[in-house]
Amino acid sequence: MSDIAVQANNIGKMYHIGNVITKSATLRDKIADGFVAPFRRAHKLLKGEATGAAELDQTIWALKDISFDIKHGEIVGIIGVNGAGKSTLLKILSRITEPTEGFAEIRGRVSSLLEVGTGFHKELTGRENVYLNGAILGMRKSEIDRKFDEIVAFSEVQKFIDTPIKHYSSGMTVRLAFAVAAHLEPEILIIDEVLAVGDIRFQKKCINKMQDVGKAGRTVIFVSHNMSAITRLCERAILLDSGMIVDDGPANNVVTHYLNSGEGTSALREWPDVNRAPGDHVTKLRSVRVRDINNEISDTIDIRHPVKMEMEYDVFEDGHILLPHFRLHDHEGIQLFTAIDVDPKWRERIRPPGRYVSSAWIPGNLLNDGLTFVGAAMLTLQTRTPHFVEPEVVAFHVADTDDTNSARGDWVGGMGGVMRPMLEWDTEYIPFVPEAASSPTSVTRPA
Amino acid sequence: MISENQIENYPGTNRTDPLVEDYPITLLKPSKGWTSLKLGELWEYRELLYFLIWRDVKVQYKQTILGAMWAILQPFMTMIVFSLFFGKLAKVPSDGIPYPIFSYTALVPWTFFSTRLTQASNSLVSGSNLIKKIYFPRLAMPTASVLAGLVDFVLAFVVLLGMMVFYGIYPTWNVLWLPFLLLLAIATGLGASLWLSAMNVQFRDIRYTVPFITQFWMFATPIAYPSSLIENPILRAMYAINPMVGVVDGFRWALLGTDTAPGVLIIVSTLSATVLLVTGAFYFRRMEKTFADVV
Repeated sequence: MSDIAVQANNIGKMYHIGNVITKSATLRDKIADGFVAPFRRAHKLLKGEATGAAELDQTIWALKDISFDIKHGEIVGIIGVNGAGKSTLLKILSRITEPTEGFAEIRGRVSSLLEVGTGFHKELTGRENVYLNGAILGMRKSEIDRKFDEIVAFSEVQKFIDTPIKHYSSGMTVRLAFAVAAHLEPEILIIDEVLAVGDIRFQKKCINKMQDVGKAGRTVIFVSHNMSAITRLCERAILLDSGMIVDDGPANNVVTHYLNSGEGTSALREWPDVNRAPGDHVTKLRSVRVRDINNEISDTIDIRHPVKMEMEYDVFEDGHILLPHFRLHDHEGIQLFTAIDVDPKWRERIRPPGRYVSSAWIPGNLLNDGLTFVGAAMLTLQTRTPHFVEPEVVAFHVADTDDTNSARGDWVGGMGGVMRPMLEWDTEYIPFVPEAASSPTSVTRPA
Repeated sequence: MISENQIENYPGTNRTDPLVEDYPITLLKPSKGWTSLKLGELWEYRELLYFLIWRDVKVQYKQTILGAMWAILQPFMTMIVFSLFFGKLAKVPSDGIPYPIFSYTALVPWTFFSTRLTQASNSLVSGSNLIKKIYFPRLAMPTASVLAGLVDFVLAFVVLLGMMVFYGIYPTWNVLWLPFLLLLAIATGLGASLWLSAMNVQFRDIRYTVPFITQFWMFATPIAYPSSLIENPILRAMYAINPMVGVVDGFRWALLGTDTAPGVLIIVSTLSATVLLVTGAFYFRRMEKTFADVV
């Protein structure tokens, strides 16, 4: 069929993972081991038990039995927890690595963007890097020549275009890199989690650009942890778990499925392993939770009820006045608000080392119905140093109600807007004076 | 024949996207064993190849004080050391040519070969971020790395011309063979680089081995001494299995007019360079599929 852009048939990818290396106890053992190891390795190689550095003892299927069709012009989001196989799938589709079994057929030129600024060289100027990066991403020189001014304008680094990028800030580098990528015109574009960089304003610009790409009839395959970006950009999503397709369908449904399954509920994210927890030597985020009015962890909240957001974190280093805060986004990526810890007990107070749970209540009848994403972040007040910034770690559904004691009152239709506050209404009634009632033109307006 | 009208009505095509039927089809499937070289694809990516060469050239001497002077200094200083120790002290014969230009003529192609071998054998590892993030024919990386050395070669060659004027040595018509000899040096460098760079992906031992390889290879090549030291014609032909023997002897013959007509040497060297290059390319292609997973 000619309208199929990507067809995957039972794709599987197996990786060899080496054995856990037994640690040598002493330096003497280590040195001895260092001398013996090459012979052991050579022996294994000869016996065909190993290939190169990886031993064949242990294997893992990063992907198994992956089949799907993607039509031309479709924008498909691929979601799943870390290690679900998303990146491996993109690597196979963009030809970086081969599948171990199965096959895929791709109709059209593919550009893949698995990283922003692949091949950027810090010693080269912005201008030179645009050409180099463009060529690496598969653009012809004539094409780059033609789009050069547009790319530079998009990147907003005009003034520094002839400066080596080692003098750029990281934000500038990212902007330049994305500007190049945004001007690719392949039939099929494969993107991995690149929207997670840059400031919010620039991210918006990129999302808009990507929407234009989609409207231009190009096929986009897009991996992200940013669920609001997925629901906003993609009409369809594929959910992967442990290398298999768990769900494939309209983006909204699949995202909901993912958030409801995933690791535990979507209303709870935990980092049991302190080494993998987000944060730095000062403080690390250990978990984020959403609780309902009964203090139960819940991902569905009645629109009339308050919601409690909790972040649990460890402080390791003494001497910091810390500022925990939450950021809330709706499913379209619009930021609802930022909630900064204003607990009077800890205002302008150093938090000594230990475990903390900071929580904040969102009043009922404030958010509109739908998916709300909560991000947790922490910075030091004086220096403004961020310690962790975890956008959209948990999410909850604000569930609408037909009950008339909500902000919708007696109305049963749709309610637009990002918020649905229940406001205090007051009505003043001024009855008409009897003679004015007969001549409507002379009605006196209420003051 | 299909008319314009019919094409427009053909299912799957429409005005906004008239090329749907023309989209190239790529089949992604596991490859087994030896595969074709896909040189056509390398040609399609020639602009990338050009930019990779251009990057290597541009970046090479960034943040150095002497910059491109290094391209000249490396063979030139070696020539001075050789002239002192081998020429003056050890009195190594030099086919009647002044020893400095005798050794420098050999050092120009040799320096090209050895520095490129060192760079290119590490090219896949140092470019691992590219390999893991984007598709292109991997052959482009060692190829670009080798070809980027041509700029240095030209600079060192200009100095060689200056030295010829200084010593009053003028080339014969044999100089027309020089492009071929250079090609032979490129083929040798590329062939060895393909083997070593592909192996280096899996075995980082290669990185530590390359300095030894280039050192042994230099002594196995008539740089500090003339190939005429080997008189037995059969031994000489065997000696030329090292393709750099043909290159270096050819350079001396073409530029300095040494009378050791290197015909046999060059033929043997050309054959062995071809074998090295072709086997290297096939080995590289065979290992290529594992690069992104292993590097």
